Amino acid sequence: MTTTTTLSHAKDGEAPVFYLTEEHDHDGHSTVIGFWIFLMSDVLLFCGLFAIYAWLGGHYANGPSPLDDGHGGQLFHLPVVAVNTVIMLASSFICALAMVETRKGNVGPALKWFGLTALFGVAFLYNQVTEYGHMAEIGATYQTSAFLSCFITLIIAHSFHVLTGIVWVAILAVQVLQHGLNPANERRAVCFSMFWNFIDITWVCVFIFVYLMGVLR
Amino acid sequence: MSPDTPPLDPIFGRLTLDAIPYQEPILVVTFAVVALAGIFAVGALTYFRLWGYLWREWITSVDHKRIGIMYIVLAIIMLVRGFADAIMMRLQQAIAFNGSEGYLPAHHYDQIFTAHGVIMIFFVATPLIVGVMNFVIPLQIGARDVSFPYLNNLGFWLTAVAAILVNVSLFVGEFSQGGWVGEPPLTGAEASPGVGVDYYLWALQISGLGTIIGGINLLATIIKMRAPGLTFMKLPIFCWTSLCVNALIVLSFPFLTIAVTLLTLDRLFGTHFFTADFGGNPMAYVNLVWIWGHPEVYILILPALGVYSEVAAVFSGKRLFGYTSMVYATVSITVIGFVVWLHHFFTMGSGASVNGFFGLMTALIAIPTGVKVYNWLFTMYRGRVRFEVPMMWTISFMLTFLLGGLTGVLCSIPAADFQLHNSLFLVGHFHNVAIGAIVFAMMAAIDYWFPKAFGFRLEPFWGKLSVWFWTVGFFVAFLPIYVAGLSGVTRRTRVFDDPSEQNLQILFVIAAIGAFIALLGVVFFLVQLFVSIRNREALRDTTGDPWNARTLEWSTSSPPPEYNFAFTPVVHDVDAWADMKARGYSRPSEGFKPIHMPRNTATGIVASVLLLIFSFAVIWYMWLVAGVSFALLLLVLIGHTFNYNRSFHIPADVVARTESERTRLLAQQG
Ligand code: HEM
Ligand SMILES: [Cu+2]
Repeated sequence: MTTTTTLSHAKDGEAPVFYLTEEHDHDGHSTVIGFWIFLMSDVLLFCGLFAIYAWLGGHYANGPSPLDDGHGGQLFHLPVVAVNTVIMLASSFICALAMVETRKGNVGPALKWFGLTALFGVAFLYNQVTEYGHMAEIGATYQTSAFLSCFITLIIAHSFHVLTGIVWVAILAVQVLQHGLNPANERRAVCFSMFWNFIDITWVCVFIFVYLMGVLR
Repeated sequence: MSPDTPPLDPIFGRLTLDAIPYQEPILVVTFAVVALAGIFAVGALTYFRLWGYLWREWITSVDHKRIGIMYIVLAIIMLVRGFADAIMMRLQQAIAFNGSEGYLPAHHYDQIFTAHGVIMIFFVATPLIVGVMNFVIPLQIGARDVSFPYLNNLGFWLTAVAAILVNVSLFVGEFSQGGWVGEPPLTGAEASPGVGVDYYLWALQISGLGTIIGGINLLATIIKMRAPGLTFMKLPIFCWTSLCVNALIVLSFPFLTIAVTLLTLDRLFGTHFFTADFGGNPMAYVNLVWIWGHPEVYILILPALGVYSEVAAVFSGKRLFGYTSMVYATVSITVIGFVVWLHHFFTMGSGASVNGFFGLMTALIAIPTGVKVYNWLFTMYRGRVRFEVPMMWTISFMLTFLLGGLTGVLCSIPAADFQLHNSLFLVGHFHNVAIGAIVFAMMAAIDYWFPKAFGFRLEPFWGKLSVWFWTVGFFVAFLPIYVAGLSGVTRRTRVFDDPSEQNLQILFVIAAIGAFIALLGVVFFLVQLFVSIRNREALRDTTGDPWNARTLEWSTSSPPPEYNFAFTPVVHDVDAWADMKARGYSRPSEGFKPIHMPRNTATGIVASVLLLIFSFAVIWYMWLVAGVSFALLLLVLIGHTFNYNRSFHIPADVVARTESERTRLLAQQG
């Protein structure tokens, strides 16, 4: 949008202004809002998954349940999950540091913090894979019950977002090395940080609604 | 995939020669016709050396006007297919009485009603409204393009390849037999092990993706790219309805994505979301799909109501009556549209209070809708109504829609719906609105904006015939269907056993005649296009404003230059162009500046075709092909992000030349 001066209404007798005589390049003026709208629809995607979990999550079909994996243990290991939650939250904090440097235009420090963000993401995924690998070993799989179908889909959907974030930030790093922190790359960094925070918040929801409430239920 | 199936072919998966239905004469003939038409088209394009032009100016174009037109062309082609299905069903039902089996086997008939529903909703109605929105919105808000031109192109191609996927299923394998919303357990792996449901799921998945992308794009466009001075309460009503529609798309399509994805998981990996055993619940799917599905019908209807608002104002020569109430009505419909989905399955047994709530909400929607109808009537009242073709569609709509709205309110009463649910009465109701509101609006829109898009008007004679035949055809085809429904005939029925004395067959014979009358409406529309293209010199519009219209798109030339507006307009009033005309706007003739525009890209079509190959491969369990095409798809999408050179400037002298050509044309007008 332009300044209000161009809009000032016609004074008496003068014809009103019906067009702007100046041109404005407006590259990327919609990127952030567009990405934000996309994230909203992604939020709804998770809302749907949570809703299905809320509905079918208690249907164990005589299979494992959060507190009983059928082998004398618990299916949900809260300590592991708690560690992962801390990793996720920390990575968001690091991502914020990366954004501070990005805003200042410091390529080196920005990339360092972004790299660390990705590293935390990898650590998170590593924990996820071992945790669910373990579940698969004791026969708690996708096909076992509606509960596990919902639960594992939710987890995979989230992990998939984490993976996307890691790949994204790696690509972004290459592009920043190529072109520096030009406006386009800065916008991409902003979108990435929004995305990463969204993943983080989603995980907190998973932690509360699935794990904590699952154990309490 | 049960454990005792033989190992799959590593390349072709479960695709074998048996999948080609060469024993079915109807399909063989259809295939021959399609193949001939295809060969003819390819030959013509090659002969006239049009491939390069097509590639540069259309396929890879990021111009919102071109993309809009491509959406509409896709929809018209698919309308022919969808209509062919409708005629086949009508014939079958007219014959299959008193022991006759008709001419369609069950396996085939069930695919036809599913394909008809899917095609009409996803590949006719949706592309029509998305196409019209794409063409019109940037022009109406005084913008040069949309927020995300590349995504716009990608969204179109995703829709197009999804349409191709549905049509491929006609000749390779089969289509779903599960109805247009595909409700399990019928569509689960056990009841439908074939590829039909997989085709259905992937077609929905891909077109849904395309629609979400388009929705995000247009929403951002309306929010961010309005011309200076164009505040929300000055926005043309069509843009308002589009704003609400795109919000609805972004808010509801994720639920379709989930429903479709989870059903795909059930079928591919044996999960238990919607199975009847192991804790799954088919009603979960039904809820998810209708949380999307009901907003979807408003996604289709709201732009239609927007079109009528534009047309009614222009052809009554007046400002729209009750602009503000129109905005509030639109917003209320949008909001309430989200809390009515359960009316699609009152019979699920949610109990009186839940059913009561959803029934009440549904009936409530009639109020804002009624407000709109009165506003149109008052717009016409004491106006100078010009009976041009778009206005005739509008008037026909108002009459037809009244009936559709009333039967809708009838269905919203849970107690009544226990009788009407899944009956032909419902089929009558939704065709009443689908045809009487959506199709008519889109025909009006095509007639109304055609001169803007192509620089010449459509021949009114054939257009008026089309209005009459569609209107009469609709009533003849669907009034008997209402009656049959009230007599208790269920939908999706292939053969009838009618021991009653009522002789219901006559209703279906009349309905078939009606369908043929409506078919003539389609034919006359196509004739209208053909005749108008032939007589285009006589129908030429050099003014840019052939209807003496009121909104900004008519302030530029027809067809608009690539950059839409040489100078960004400044808006002071609702109906900006009427205001400009009234207050002595004079067209600038100098001082042109270079204009910044987006560059074409081939990523949209390449990525979409790769996705088409990927989905086809997954449908047939061709895992190798699937893996390779998916990897390529990722490469293409990531590769695109390395392209930083996405825009260019149209030099000032090119702009000056284009504009002086227009000045010359306008001067000739006198
Ligand atoms: C004159 C034109 C049309 C005729 C004659 C026609 C005819 C039919 C018939 C015979 C059926 C099957 C009814 C049954 O279940 O027994 C049907 C279903 C359906 N039609 Fe149409 N139709 C027409 C236009 C449209 C349009 C324009 C739309 C949407 C924009 C549409 C959407 C549907 C849908 C969604 C179904 C339900 C499919 C299902 O049962 O899953 N139809 N139509
Ligand atoms: Cu509904």
